[in-house]
Amino acid sequence: MTTGRIAIVGASAAGLTAAETLRRGGWDGRISLIGDEPHEPYDRPPLSKQVLAGKWEPERTGLRAADALDLRLGTTATGLDVANRRVLLGDEALDCDGVIIATGVAARTLPGEARGAHVLRGLDDALALRAELANPGRRLVIVGAGVLGVEVAAVARELGHEVVVVAPEAAPMERAVGTEAGDLLAEAHRAHGVQLRLGEFVDGLLDDEGQVRGVRLTDGSEITGDAVLIAIGCTPAVEWLRDGPLDLADGIGCDSYCAAAPGIYAAGDVARWHHPVLGRPVRIEHRMNATEQGMAAARNLLAELDQERFGSRQEFTPVSYFWSDQYRFKIQAYGDLAAADQVQLRVLDKTDPGAPKAAALYRRGDSAFGALSIGIPPKQARSLRAAVATPQPWEQALSALDELAD
Amino acid sequence: MKITIDEDRCCGAGQCVLEAPDVFDQRAEDGVVVVLDAAPPAELHEASRAAEQLCPTAAIEITE
Repeated sequence: MTTGRIAIVGASAAGLTAAETLRRGGWDGRISLIGDEPHEPYDRPPLSKQVLAGKWEPERTGLRAADALDLRLGTTATGLDVANRRVLLGDEALDCDGVIIATGVAARTLPGEARGAHVLRGLDDALALRAELANPGRRLVIVGAGVLGVEVAAVARELGHEVVVVAPEAAPMERAVGTEAGDLLAEAHRAHGVQLRLGEFVDGLLDDEGQVRGVRLTDGSEITGDAVLIAIGCTPAVEWLRDGPLDLADGIGCDSYCAAAPGIYAAGDVARWHHPVLGRPVRIEHRMNATEQGMAAARNLLAELDQERFGSRQEFTPVSYFWSDQYRFKIQAYGDLAAADQVQLRVLDKTDPGAPKAAALYRRGDSAFGALSIGIPPKQARSLRAAVATPQPWEQALSALDELAD
Repeated sequence: MKITIDEDRCCGAGQCVLEAPDVFDQRAEDGVVVVLDAAPPAELHEASRAAEQLCPTAAIEITE
């Protein structure tokens, strides 16, 4: 039986793109787009950059929605009947031809609560931290040295605050880019006056009658501050699916078409799918992936529903991309930087440690799977993408680094 | 078809250039998108729309 409805759970970049792709692909039935936040759909990367810095007002982060949507804001999905393709919204049940799950991730946090302790995932989080940083001369402790933690460190330094970053890793962004490039970023942040406390473990928040006053480390020592940002990663938002049959080991397990079950697809931060080129399951929390996977999931769902009308399903094989803006330099990465056997980093200019210029290639087996640029004009850095778009033999890929150095 | 861009939003990802190289380019110094053809011919419409949709910062807007 056809219901004439596709439900998309999650109204951020991946869900919104899926909705737009369904419409553009020719789906003329209903599209119910369900978002648990009360805000109109918005974009997240500016939250830790332009919004936090006070350069953009929240409205500027708005994303376009597709036409003629049944948009349900402030609505939380409470369950999914996978076999019957039925989305539960509390007392309401939506019968669907297909479902796309794009519920994203939620920020991990430390035990305890205190005024002045922040996470940064949604718009309201960003505005709360921005209000904190509007008071001059604060001392901000950032727990976590991932992309988010160090982006906020850069913004807070540029606003004139004292910043301490504490993390167990040996280098900033180590998990994203490896130790070699991470060391270069450590130097850049130190040159800008960030205090890095690497290789140290946070045990919990220090608070004084409900007001945060820093963090306690596992060795018992303390780092004091007026505000704390907890940036220790995210957890896939899958609790509402717990009672069902889906594989929820790390996000929602999907096949190479982004399908979690017949008629049920997943996209964006929450989706772990089998990447046929990389030959392993991946879950990617990058903005670009939200868009690309939203498109792929929507197209494949349509193809499954009506192959004659919408064509065949295609495996999802993206060249992953992420960028980060810190101080005056941009970081861009293409492909798969994780699980590299070897990293070849080439520093192109080190005269200003606060604005490094470097490029790196990431090897797994005999091929280059990932590429990174730091402080290189984006158009120039695009040549690195070609070296990893179809993984090239390592020696051949290295010539892309030579060309950048010339 | 008319293409407009918001330079402030652009992050220099270059996805638009990969998708529609006859319509988009990047500024050499900072990678910000440059529109080569703000009213592209019909055969470039599909690629232009794909570029609009793929842009990770929604910096490209297409109106009919």
